[in-house]
Amino acid sequence: MSHKIIVPIGPYHPLQEEPEFFQLYVEGEKVVDIDIIIGYNHRGIEKLSESKHFDQVPFLVERICGICSTSHPYAYCLAVENILGGEINVVPEKALYIRTIIDELQRIHSHLLWLGLVGHFIGYNTIWMWAWKYREPVLDLFEMVTGNRNNYAMFKIGGVRRDIKDEDIPALKKMLDELLPGVDLFRGAIMDDPVIQMRLKDVGKLSRQQAVEWAVVGPTARASGVNIDIRRDEPYGVTDRLDWNVILEKDGDIYSKTIVRILELFESISLIRQSLDKMPKGGIIDADIKEIPAGEGIGRVEAPRGECFHYIKSDGTNRPVRHKIRSPSFMNVASDKVSAVGGTISDAALTLAAVDPCYCCTERLAVINKKDNSKIMNGWDLIKLSQDKTKILKLSTPRL
Amino acid sequence: MDMRDRIKEKLQDKIKEWKETSTKRIFLSLDKKDIYRVVEILFKNLELRFITASAVDLPEAFEFLYHFSNDPSGEIYTLRILLEDKIKPEVASITPLFPGAEWIEREIWEMFGINFIGHPNLKKLLLAEDWPQGDYPLRNKQ
Repeated sequence: MSHKIIVPIGPYHPLQEEPEFFQLYVEGEKVVDIDIIIGYNHRGIEKLSESKHFDQVPFLVERICGICSTSHPYAYCLAVENILGGEINVVPEKALYIRTIIDELQRIHSHLLWLGLVGHFIGYNTIWMWAWKYREPVLDLFEMVTGNRNNYAMFKIGGVRRDIKDEDIPALKKMLDELLPGVDLFRGAIMDDPVIQMRLKDVGKLSRQQAVEWAVVGPTARASGVNIDIRRDEPYGVTDRLDWNVILEKDGDIYSKTIVRILELFESISLIRQSLDKMPKGGIIDADIKEIPAGEGIGRVEAPRGECFHYIKSDGTNRPVRHKIRSPSFMNVASDKVSAVGGTISDAALTLAAVDPCYCCTERLAVINKKDNSKIMNGWDLIKLSQDKTKILKLSTPRL
Repeated sequence: MDMRDRIKEKLQDKIKEWKETSTKRIFLSLDKKDIYRVVEILFKNLELRFITASAVDLPEAFEFLYHFSNDPSGEIYTLRILLEDKIKPEVASITPLFPGAEWIEREIWEMFGINFIGHPNLKKLLLAEDWPQGDYPLRNKQ
C-alpha cells in the first residue's frame, strides 16, 4: 500500500545566504520525488548592479553570500579586468598574492563550517565543536588583515584595498601552524571512524554521468570524479606559480564529498604558506583604474562551493549594461533532484546539505501528513532521526 | 586537435562570426534556428561543460548568450544569438538535451519573458507566484 507523504524542508531563514524550500515526497521511509523551490531571498542584485558604478559593484556583490563573500567580488573584478586586458596584465604583483591568500583563507573557513555541520547532522557533535574551535582563529585573522570577520571589502578593480603588512605575516604563519594539527585531527577522526564510514558511504550518490548532465561544479563535481578546478584550469591570482594538487574522488557519495573538502583544507593551507613566502615585500597594491572601456568580460573563480561566474557588458560609461551572476549552488542544488531521490528520509537532511547549500533552512524542516496536513515531525526531529541512525550503527559496530 | 579547430570543423558554416576578445574568451555568433543542434554538438560530442546562459535586453533585439567551458584549456566559448522579435521572443529549449539547463531557462523565462519551446517544466523559479503577468523585471522599461 502506498501512502505518500510530503515532507517540506525550508524555506527560509534570514541568516542564510541561500534560502530554499525542498518538498520531499516520501513513501514510508523512502524519498520518491523532490521539488526544489527557490527564490525566497531574490534581491534583484543583477538589476541593482546596473544602477551602480563600477567601483561600487564589489561591495554589492560581496553581500550575495555571507560565507564565500570574496568569491563574488573576485569574479566580478576578474570579469572587468578581462575587458581591461586580463588580471595578470593589470593587477600589481603584490596584490595578486594578497588576492590568493584571502581567497584560500576563505575556503578554509567555509570548509570548516561545512564539516562542523555535517558532524552535527550525523550526531557527532564533537566534530561540530572542533570545527567551530578551529574556524575561530581563521576569522580572527581575517579581522586582523581585512578589518572584518566577514564581508572583507578587500577587492577592487585593479588590485586590493588593503595591504598585508609585514608585521602581520608572523601571526598568519603561526595560525596556519596551529591549524594544521587540527585539520589532521579531522582527517583521522572522519576517515578512520568505521561508524562515519558506514553512515556516509553510498548515501546521496551522484554518479559521474549525472554530475556531467546536471553540470555541477566544485567539490560536488570533484567527488563524482569530474576533474575541474578553476584554480588550475584558468589560473587567477598566483595559483599557477604555486605547488598544489586538485583533490579528486570518484564515488560521488557524501563520504567522497567530505574527503574532498578535508583534503582541500591541506592544499589551502599549503597555498597560503607558499604565497606568504613568495610575496614581494612592499610595492603597490592598486593599479588605480579610472575608466572601463566598452566590451564584454567574463570572470570566474573557484569558490568554496565551485565555479562562481560573472559576465559584464560595458558600453564605455561608468556603469555596467548587464551583469550576469551565476553562483555555484545554482547548479549544485538542482542536482539534489537525483541525489536525494531513492534514499531514505533519515539521509535526506544530510544529502541536501552535502552540496553545501544552506543549513539554517534545513533547520526549518517539517514532516506533514498529506491527508490532513498535520505535522508529524519538525526539523529538529529529522536531524534527530539522522543522529539516531548513527547511534544504531555505532552500537552494532564493534569498537576498534 | 585544438578545441578551436574541432569546433570550426564541426560547426562549419553555422558560425556567422568568430570573435576572440582575449586568449581564453571566444564569442561565436549563430543563427537562432541552429542553436539546439549546436548545443547538442558542443555538449554531447565535444563534451564542453555548460556554465550558464544569459540574456541582454538591447534596443533592437534580445541578445541571448550560452556560456560553455572547455575545462582542460580554461577557455570559455560563448554562443550568441539574437532574438529580433521583441514582442514575442522565442527560442528552442536546450533542457531536453541535459537537465542542468532547466533552472536557468526558467529564470530567463520569468525575468525577460523569453519563451522556451519544448521546455518540460516552464514555471516560476525566483519570482513569487503572484508576480504580475507580463511584467518582466530585467527588461528595460521604455
